[in-house]
Amino acid sequence: MASVAPTEYTNQVLYTEEVASFTPEVLAEIDWHIAKYPPERKRSALIPLFLVVQRERGYLDNPGVNFLAKLLDLEVTDVWEVATFYSMINVRPVGKYHIQICKTLSCRIMGEPEITEHICNRLGIHAGETTSDGQFTVSLVECLGSCGTAPMLQVGFDYHEDLTVEKVDKLLDSLK
Amino acid sequence: MEIKAIGCEPLQLKRVHLENSHTLKVYQDNGGYKSLEKAMAMSRDVIIDEVKKSALRGRGGAGFPTGMKWSFVPKDSPKQKYIVCNADESEPGTFKDRYLMERDPHALIEGMLIAAFALDSQTCYIYTRGEYQYLIDIMDEAIEEARAANIVGKNILGSDFSCEVYTHTGAGAYICGEETALLSSLEGYRGHPRMKPPFPAVEGLYASPTVVNNVETLTAVPQIIEMGGEAWQKLGTEKSGGTKLWSVSGHVKKPGVYELPMGYAHMEKFIMEDCGGIRGNNKLKGVIPGGSSVYIMRSEDVIGKDVRMDYEGLVVAGSLVGSGGFIVVDETVNIVESTKNLSEFYKHESCGWCTPCREGTDWLVKIFNRIADGGGRPEDAQLILDICDNIEGKSFCALGDAAAWAIQGAIKRFPEDFMPYLQGRKTASIEPEAQKF
Repeated sequence: MASVAPTEYTNQVLYTEEVASFTPEVLAEIDWHIAKYPPERKRSALIPLFLVVQRERGYLDNPGVNFLAKLLDLEVTDVWEVATFYSMINVRPVGKYHIQICKTLSCRIMGEPEITEHICNRLGIHAGETTSDGQFTVSLVECLGSCGTAPMLQVGFDYHEDLTVEKVDKLLDSLK
Repeated sequence: MEIKAIGCEPLQLKRVHLENSHTLKVYQDNGGYKSLEKAMAMSRDVIIDEVKKSALRGRGGAGFPTGMKWSFVPKDSPKQKYIVCNADESEPGTFKDRYLMERDPHALIEGMLIAAFALDSQTCYIYTRGEYQYLIDIMDEAIEEARAANIVGKNILGSDFSCEVYTHTGAGAYICGEETALLSSLEGYRGHPRMKPPFPAVEGLYASPTVVNNVETLTAVPQIIEMGGEAWQKLGTEKSGGTKLWSVSGHVKKPGVYELPMGYAHMEKFIMEDCGGIRGNNKLKGVIPGGSSVYIMRSEDVIGKDVRMDYEGLVVAGSLVGSGGFIVVDETVNIVESTKNLSEFYKHESCGWCTPCREGTDWLVKIFNRIADGGGRPEDAQLILDICDNIEGKSFCALGDAAAWAIQGAIKRFPEDFMPYLQGRKTASIEPEAQKF
């Protein structure tokens, strides 16, 4: 199957047989998630587990999907179907630091355009792209529930609020 | 950012400014879990009655009476019953639940346990949006603390009532704030809404009776049990009791989360004084009072008018309470650009399940893009309204209605902003060059 071309959507070679493996600590965390749901409903853990797999592997890759399908008794296509619905699930590789700038109304009118322009200029990429060294991805995302402290952005799971250009510079310096 | 009560004693915000307010000790030192004890000595029907008397209406956006929702759960069902907290707060302009969970997580746990006791449920899930990971960590810690104190888990406080509380995470989908889509997501599927009926109270999570309540709704429950439904209702109005949190963002000097009694009589005073007025002494241009999904109000409909801040008052004033997310815009904002921004939001968040919403929101963005680029035509106003009309009331769930309302309100109420665009002119834009990428 090695000759199968990557799909345009995920940039991944689909239909690999490879199954991801995880450390005992991560497997324990996965079990903790599954134990929250009735045994016959373990599929419920799928979305929380996407985030675990993604954290461990950088993004939701095909071996990660195979692992989840096996674990939860699902077809591989079932897993992809759900994964592609949720905007936090990265089916393509993202930078080490995923900078997600909120672009919805409150942030937009409070200075998001200036912040976005500054970040993109400094990193030399457009929104939606990853720097060539794989360090940073910049995404424009919809409301992150931080409207009172707009403009804001999220790096990974960390909120950075009440942003100014100076604050952004400090943040980017600290991430290098 | 301000977090405070105005015109009433803080109830929802009673503990948020205390040091370590997220810990069990501080919560219990300030009356925490007393309501659970009190409720567990009451009969189930009496608890539901108190919630009915309180005139508590769902704080997520729809404003459905909570007591009535609870009473729809069939008492004789042999199935397991579920309590699900909707913490998928993703309505633009809304950020109140975040502060409740961050600073008062035990209030949410207590509210859920009282609901579980009243409805004979042994399992509660807190469905939190994935971006709020730090809140999930806070909730998990609070749950473990409560479990160690025998407040969560088996034989709570030595009784025969057992109940588990679990956190669950979403992964970035506005639609999962819709209760049936939330349940689909919680079951591990795409967040598609489901046909109603059957309503979740009869067939919800895993086809079992389920109550889905917003965070702020559930944190109100311990207050209602503590002071009695009637006393709590009297804080607000006859039809919507108690106090409510309003999230205020945009061009006010003091954005924040404000707790007001329901029926607070002065929306003008609220914006122009309580929230500090408009930044830089600019003029108020408009207010979206209930999260992005409601009709935008012109300043003339607020200034000099006595707009009462409750469900009925805002309807009279031409809008809705929604989730209580105020987005205040000043004269520098072009309403065509702000509406384009919101149309992009709804397009992105439409789940794609039904045609009117999937196609309609996509076309609206295409038309707004053309207009903003100077390609507007006079007939576009009618075209946009026609598309909205084809979405509103025809989509599978309320997301389509919301998308239509946000746009209809703007185009009907701010014709002076739309006119130059509709004649093919391109006026000053708040869109940055960066957006063209």
